Amino acid sequence: MNKEKLTRWLVSGPPFLFMVVFFVLPALIMVVASFRFPGEHGGLAPMFENSSWQFTLETYQFFFSDFIYTEIFLKSFLIAGLTTVICIAMAYPVALLITRVPKRFRDVMILLVVLPFASNFLIRVYAWMIILGPQSAFSVAINSVVTAFGFEPVPLLFSPFAVIVGMVYVHLPFMVLPLYTNLEKHDPILLDAAQDLGANAWRRFWKVTWPLSLPGVYAGSALVFIPVLGMFAVPDILGGTGDILIGNLIKEQFLGTRDWPFGSTLSIMLTLAVLAIAALAMRFSRKSLSYA
Amino acid sequence: MALLELRNLTRRFGNLTAVDNVSLSIEAGEFFTLLGPSGCGKTTILRMIAGFDLPDAGEILLDGKNISDTPPEKRPLHTVFQSYALFPHLSVADNVAFPLKMSKVSADETRLRVQEMLDTVHLSDKAEAFPHELSGGQKQRVALARGLVNKPRLLLLDEPLGALDHKLREEMQIELINLQRNVGVTFVFVTHSQPEALALSHRIAVMNEGRVEQMDSPPTIYSRPSNRFVADFIGDINMMNAQIDAFDGMQLRLSVAGLGAIVAPARVETKTGQAGAFAIRPEQVVIGAPDEHAELANRFSGTLRDFLYVGDVTTYKVELANGTIIQALLPNAAPGKARFFEVGDRVTVAWPAESGMFLHE
Repeated sequence: MNKEKLTRWLVSGPPFLFMVVFFVLPALIMVVASFRFPGEHGGLAPMFENSSWQFTLETYQFFFSDFIYTEIFLKSFLIAGLTTVICIAMAYPVALLITRVPKRFRDVMILLVVLPFASNFLIRVYAWMIILGPQSAFSVAINSVVTAFGFEPVPLLFSPFAVIVGMVYVHLPFMVLPLYTNLEKHDPILLDAAQDLGANAWRRFWKVTWPLSLPGVYAGSALVFIPVLGMFAVPDILGGTGDILIGNLIKEQFLGTRDWPFGSTLSIMLTLAVLAIAALAMRFSRKSLSYA
Repeated sequence: MALLELRNLTRRFGNLTAVDNVSLSIEAGEFFTLLGPSGCGKTTILRMIAGFDLPDAGEILLDGKNISDTPPEKRPLHTVFQSYALFPHLSVADNVAFPLKMSKVSADETRLRVQEMLDTVHLSDKAEAFPHELSGGQKQRVALARGLVNKPRLLLLDEPLGALDHKLREEMQIELINLQRNVGVTFVFVTHSQPEALALSHRIAVMNEGRVEQMDSPPTIYSRPSNRFVADFIGDINMMNAQIDAFDGMQLRLSVAGLGAIVAPARVETKTGQAGAFAIRPEQVVIGAPDEHAELANRFSGTLRDFLYVGDVTTYKVELANGTIIQALLPNAAPGKARFFEVGDRVTVAWPAESGMFLHE
């Protein structure tokens, strides 16, 4: 083995080993677990018992036999999609603003975007309980308008609305940062050229800035969409009883009912669904990004 | 009526006056060049014509109408940028179609005109290519096609050949001349390269420190520069301080300190006693052995100090009695002979009474 090869192994070996031990193996264990029987007191039943292998497709049958699971999957994807779209709409102006301010303000603004990470995630989500709670100024203001129009006051907390607010709040920085990184690289002369050739501000955005920013939009969307799908803390804290998502369902199997095989099945279905969406998105983006 | 007229155009940046009371008019169909060193205000003028910069004073008239308050997207003129500014996410055909889409030309007509324009710039086979797949010269032609396809009243070109290598630049110069002649669109060209300006333009405005120093056809600019700056900036020239001793209506008699008398043609209004400079192009100076060129009116002996051989011609630098270095250009036309004199040789430099010129201070 020559020196260069040795260096390469020394550098990439430890992270490679780490990924094999702590990601690939657990994932395989989970695949196997999804085909096993649940243990009598939770966990897993032995794999080899009564002189035969104990494997089953029961959990998969169970998943497809009750529509409620498919429904929770669809609802989770809807919430994740909605969160992603709202994040794009809210993060885009922010990212654009950061690229347009004088250079000395940019770092400060980036710092402000990531500043929430400095405090604990749960505390930040709990804070929304207070903001959206029935006694909060925000709720009172909203409901005074609602009642003025003759409707019943609406509870803001423990609703799908609260879940989406929480999801958007938590994931917004993950959209702002890739968008900013992309927009910052745009050559401003292209906007001058578009204007010179007859494009007004609206068309300059949609014909030049937006298509050139798509790689950033895709990156941000992946960083928001996929974590939202697996998120259980936000719906736990801000959602009502009917607002459980895939994340809550999986967590419940492992920590609540202790049905590990079914929990594994749900995890695998989620992974497959995400991979399918990623494959679709890649095909789509390759078509529209053929210049890159 | 002139197509484009600038009236007393002024633009200041802080204490710096980038454009200082410039007035000029450009006729339809002209190839007009703004030429000057960097920082002379030529690009600022171009940006004001395009609408990206606003004048502090003065007016810009297009077809007699003041367009100073019209935003860039509403001005019927297009720009070819130095970096081309092609849209990287659009194919060549879509880049060229961009201005047509912006002015809501129908899809059928757009396809037709894009095809026609790509034919004109010899890029029909690259219609589906993306900008990053093109060479510098091809990008240049796409930028020209995009600027011309919507038939602008005026095409502004901001040093468009600056990014090309020497050989390609000469090819593009010829293409540019032909293209301008074929499409009949008025070109306003900005460059700091004087050979480029001389080769391309119908008229040149030589600029310095925000002002137009001279505005004329290329031969006039070259052979009859109106002042020392223009003479020095355009081409190579020998210049020495001189004073007018006598003036007889046709000829000037100049005296140069330490050298003696020079006879020069009288072209500008002059008065006896006036101080200025005598200037003569290197190709007008002949060089010979000490006893040669006795028939020429101006004749000085000197010592060859240096020469620059560039293949087709050799420039000889001769030191005269007063220490002045005078350059003489000699074509290397004799077969097998590239140089006629050696450093240290005693030589004669000479020129007829009709050559050279007197420039005011």
